[in-house]
Formats: sequence, C-alpha cells, structure tokens
Amino acid sequence: MNYMMLEVPARSENESFVRVVIAAFAARLDPTLEELNEVKTAVSEAVTNSILHAYEDDRGVIKINAFLNDRQLTIEIYDTGKGIEDIAKAREPLFTSKPELERSGMGFTIMENFMDEVKIESIPGKGTAIKMSKSFGRAVKNNH
Amino acid sequence: MQVQLIRRKKNLIARFRGELDHHTSEIFRKTVDKELAKNDQVQNLILNMANLTFMDSSGIGAILGRYKQVKARGGRVIICGLKTHNKKILEIGGLLKIIPVCSDESKAIASLD
Ligand SMILES: Nc1ncnc2c1ncn2[C@@H]1O[C@H](COP(=O)(O)OP(=O)(O)OP(=O)(O)O)[C@@H](O)[C@H]1O
Ligand SMILES: [Mg+2]
Repeated sequence: MNYMMLEVPARSENESFVRVVIAAFAARLDPTLEELNEVKTAVSEAVTNSILHAYEDDRGVIKINAFLNDRQLTIEIYDTGKGIEDIAKAREPLFTSKPELERSGMGFTIMENFMDEVKIESIPGKGTAIKMSKSFGRAVKNNH
Repeated sequence: MQVQLIRRKKNLIARFRGELDHHTSEIFRKTVDKELAKNDQVQNLILNMANLTFMDSSGIGAILGRYKQVKARGGRVIICGLKTHNKKILEIGGLLKIIPVCSDESKAIASLD
C-alpha cells in the first residue's frame, strides 16, 4: 500500500493544485486519460464543496489523504466546516443550498458517476468527510 | 483560465483556454456578462471549448446562467469543440438537452444565420 497526505487552506486557487497532486499520485496505476479526468473532477467537486459550503469562503483547512492498494485508489477529503444536516437530500441531483451562486447541485451526482463508491460522513457544526474509491485497469474495463 | 471574446455582428464568441472550475468560473461570468450588458446588438453566444482542458460542476452552473440571459434576450447558445470529458459533464448536468453542439466555430456561426 502506498499513501499520501496533503493539507491546504480552503482557498479556491488550491482547487487546481489538489487536482494535479491527486492526478500525479493516481498516475502510478496507469489510468486512461478519461479515468484520470474523472478522478480529478470528483476531487474538484469535494474540495470545492468544502470551500464553498463548509467554510463559506471563510478561513479553514482541507485535508486530503489518498491510498493506493493494488488497482484501487481511495481518496478522503476532510473539512471542519459547518457540516451537512441532511445527507440524503444533499446527494439528490439538482439539490443545492446556494442557487444564488449559480451552483447546479450536481457535485455529488458527478462524484457518484465518476467513482466506484462515494461515502459521506458529516456532523453538523463539526465537519464533513468524503471517502471515495475507484479501481483502474482491466478489472474495471471488463465490467463495462 | 482565459476567455477570449470575439464579436461578429449578432454573435458573441467566447473561446476558453485552460480549466473551468469554481476558481475560474468567475472570469467567464464577468467577461461575458460585461459584454452582454454593453452590447444590445449581441444576440447569440457561441462557446468554443476546443481548448478547455477541464470542467467540473462549476461549469454547469456558469453556462446555465449565461444561457438564461441569452435566452431572455431572444438569442441562442451553441457549444463547439466539445471534448469527451467536457461533454460528459454537460451531459450529466442536462445541458446537452437544451444547448445544441457543433463541431467548430464556423459551423456554429453558419447554423445561426
Ligand atoms: N463539505 C460540505 N459541507 C457542508 N455542506 C456541504 C458540503 N458538501 C456539500 N454540501 C451541501 O450539499 C449540497 C449538494 O452538494 P453538491 O456538490 O451536490 O451541489 P452544489 O455544490 O450545491 O452545486 P454544484 O456542485 O453543482 O456546483 C450543497 O448545496 C451543500 O448544501
Ligand atoms: Mg458542489
């Protein structure tokens, strides 16, 4: 097993930085360009949510852990922001608490589409953890 | 990300270069909205994504927002140069049901005439 840990302030300019780091880490599994784009997007969604919803553009820290196990990449994204009251509702396509900011409410739907598994753990007032995983290579392609 | 604007009579062409995310979507919003506010003659918006290397859900919201404005002034939006990844995002966001797609700019312009 290989792993990496990263911590960044919750600022929007770090979104692309985290995407690049995760892509470089995942590259060891020799993913296709498409798979890599999917992972980058899922990470981008979770990190953006922490900046936009958890900390509401105020100060905060985002922690990103990633693990490589055989053909599987697992990514965990933690914030200590405001948390999610109703996780089932948050997962619904088109649900957004910030329509005034032109959010589409598709972030979780995209994460679920692009990763094999997406877990959301959240405590209102304490923070949120997103844990997602995706397998690469032959095993995945056979399933399609 | 950069957004280059080109005006051809009633058509406004926005050429993207780079990555469209939460951080950069503001650039797209501001540039296009400023031009729409300034120019009453502009009716249609062509989004050229040939050099757009990444997009996430922030792109869905930002494009939908411009789409609504253009529609409100009686115009049309067309997307061209759509890469596989960007297409997936727009598809999931339901945008390909309301916005037509062309292979390149000249085809987009022709379809608006
Ligand atoms: N880390 C988080 N902390 C607090 N609330 C969150 C967090 N992540 C998501 N949410 C809540 O879940 C809702 C749905 O998230 P999702 O990413 O699906 O949509 P969105 O961010 O509102 O819009 P989009 O991602 O399409 O721009 C958000 O509107 C927000 O209320
Ligand atoms: Mg989101």
